[in-house]
Amino acid sequence: MDTGTKISAIAHVTLIGWALFGGTFQSEPLPMAVQEVSVISAEEFAALTAQRQAPAVAVAPGGLEAPDAAPPAPQLPEPVDEEPPRPETVTPPEPDPEPQPVPVEAPPEPDIVEQPPVLAEPEPEVAVLPALPESQPRPADKIAPEPIAPPPPDAKPDDIETPAVSLDEGAESQQEQQDQTAPEEATDQIVTEAEQGKDLSPQRSPRPRARPSRPQPTAQPEVAEADTPSEPAAQDQAAINDALAEALGAAEEPAGPPLTSGEKDAMRLAVSRCWNVGSLSTDALQTVVVVGFSLNRDGTIVPGSLRMLDSSGGSAGAAKQAYEAARRAILRCGAKGYDLPADKYAHWKDIEITFNPERMRIK
Amino acid sequence: MMKLLTSLLVGLTLLSAPASAQTGPLRLKLDQGIIEPMPFAVPNFVPDTPAATQYATDISRVVATDLTGTGLFREIAPEAFISQVSSFEAPIQFADWKAINADALVTGAVNLSGNTLTVRFRVWDVFSGQELGNGLQFSGPIDGWRRMAHKVADQVYSRITGEGGYFDSRVAYVSESGPKDQRRKRLAIMDYDGANVQYLTDSAAIVLAPRFSPAGDRLLYTSYESGRPRIYLLDVGRVKKQELKTQDGTMSFSPRFSPDGRSIVYSLTQGGNTDLWKMDLASGQSVRLTNTPAIETAPSYAPDGSRIVFESDRSGTPQLYVMPANGGEATRISFGQGRYGTPVWSPRGDLIAFTKQNKGRFHIGVMRVDGSEERLLTASFLDEGPTWSPNGRVIMFTRETQGASGRSTLYSVDISGRNLRPVRTPDGGSDPSWGPLLK
Repeated sequence: MDTGTKISAIAHVTLIGWALFGGTFQSEPLPMAVQEVSVISAEEFAALTAQRQAPAVAVAPGGLEAPDAAPPAPQLPEPVDEEPPRPETVTPPEPDPEPQPVPVEAPPEPDIVEQPPVLAEPEPEVAVLPALPESQPRPADKIAPEPIAPPPPDAKPDDIETPAVSLDEGAESQQEQQDQTAPEEATDQIVTEAEQGKDLSPQRSPRPRARPSRPQPTAQPEVAEADTPSEPAAQDQAAINDALAEALGAAEEPAGPPLTSGEKDAMRLAVSRCWNVGSLSTDALQTVVVVGFSLNRDGTIVPGSLRMLDSSGGSAGAAKQAYEAARRAILRCGAKGYDLPADKYAHWKDIEITFNPERMRIK
Repeated sequence: MMKLLTSLLVGLTLLSAPASAQTGPLRLKLDQGIIEPMPFAVPNFVPDTPAATQYATDISRVVATDLTGTGLFREIAPEAFISQVSSFEAPIQFADWKAINADALVTGAVNLSGNTLTVRFRVWDVFSGQELGNGLQFSGPIDGWRRMAHKVADQVYSRITGEGGYFDSRVAYVSESGPKDQRRKRLAIMDYDGANVQYLTDSAAIVLAPRFSPAGDRLLYTSYESGRPRIYLLDVGRVKKQELKTQDGTMSFSPRFSPDGRSIVYSLTQGGNTDLWKMDLASGQSVRLTNTPAIETAPSYAPDGSRIVFESDRSGTPQLYVMPANGGEATRISFGQGRYGTPVWSPRGDLIAFTKQNKGRFHIGVMRVDGSEERLLTASFLDEGPTWSPNGRVIMFTRETQGASGRSTLYSVDISGRNLRPVRTPDGGSDPSWGPLLK
């Protein structure tokens, strides 16, 4: 063996060793970082946030080199990882073995009265009551992933179900007067006349349920934000984040943990509630479109950011209709802003949604 | 050798360099949506002159009624409007329409000068604040104001759904009055929505099964004028009829035009056996298409003219078969329980509508042209005789109620089966035949 070969061999061994171990060790630390932040105590966290508030004030003058390293400490290190329970798992409490208790000539009686009783109103106040005589799916104007019972007659249509609250003159109630609202009636399949007589799926039919699949916070935070100035923290935080992002340049912002599948599901659901494919042509119903758009930090859609990225399966005309339906869904359900975790903004700043109507074709 | 190894290793090393952190867009997949009527608003069209006010109101009402009648749209009541449209050219206050959840908005203006009515309109996608298509205008005589309204509605419909419209079309049918045992039947023609009924024959002889030509200018029908059923051809514009002669001693019925309008296919009964024949209208020559001892009837062409679907009892019960347009081997396509009849090929070519009788009830149904995916859309004491809307999305048919006082009325249902509704006619009606979109 000549010297050249020896040198070469030694060099190779070193190289292999470095490649195997050096490389491996390098890639290790990344996942650890996430774990560490979860250990910080409340005080540390407060300190961190305080630290971040300082530069924010200073941002106004302009060029201050903000304390760059301090990552905008992910507020919720372990994002609440419980997925909203999927609709399938939530079976109605009682399967109602006898689907035809029709004789009960039901003048709907208020069974559960959760609210301070309103002056003898014949209708049930709470829309949770199943005042529905038939047990088979009824034709309804709306076809949705899960059936929704007919709302109480006085209820205004709204996505959120709220009981009526009327001002009780005697009581010193703090509650504001509010109209009763309930989601519109929906069924989960088209019921043609030919099918109406059949006993299709009595156990599962239109028994109203709690709406488990709705992501909890949808409406509340907004209201809280708007109504109660006593909680400026969140607002301030958002403002600070914005200012920081501007100061640092959005690109450099650390991404934070990705969205949990629960958060993604919530977003998906939020859009699907407005994705109305009922008026689409047969061709458009065979067209898959990918729509991209950008969101502001408050969850509202950046004007003009909506665009069709891709389409497949149909003609250009069909793709246009399919895109318009998708656009309506995104704009309509996002009119008040989507509710997404603010600390993960980098992950949902840009969104691409694939709309695949395959399962909706004949329902 | 070593060199090769070295370069390989170097390559490997380079590849294993840590991947750069990426935070691409959030990608989601949606396959569950909702199906519900799309909310729309049609504020009264703006009249250019006071004289046009009534037309402006009437036209906007017909547009709204047309759209609502499809079951795909839901009109938002004008009382709910926050802003009014007082000028056709003024910018739209989209926020006001968003607030009442209108997805689509139709604005228009009507001008009346002399005997000429002009309708201009625009369709808006409220939530994106964009116009769907471009503004358009129709002009015509005052009498034709309903047609202009239907044309506007057709445009709105197709701009939103991507499907052709069907509102500006006519339906031929048999108008029926009097009790069941003494029923007077007249051939009639009306707008698709039951307006503007005109009678084409008197009630002297029983008439059956009018069938529009593909261009909508002629009608085929069967009449008992001569004592036995014979096929007649009627020029709709001039109301002039002509008998289509077949051999003596035969009965001919159940005719239908070929897609090019130059020939017809029909049933001929000869010596107790019924087969399908085809007649060239120019020469009057007929050729036989089937030759079996069974009853073959109710033929209907595929829109491309290549095949014919028909009803035959060659297997024992009436079932549906498809054969080449010039005859030849037929393939059975209906296999469900019960009896199938009166198949009609959709103008889109994708579906066949039929009447089905099973367990004492009648249904109107649709199936794919190979017989798969059968869906029953209706159920009643007696439903029969489906006919397709020009865009292949809606079916009109006859529904008859039970008993001596039973009455025949026309109904329509969309191909999803969701939107079943009666068609308002002055008298009873049966045997509808939906014509093409008018030009």
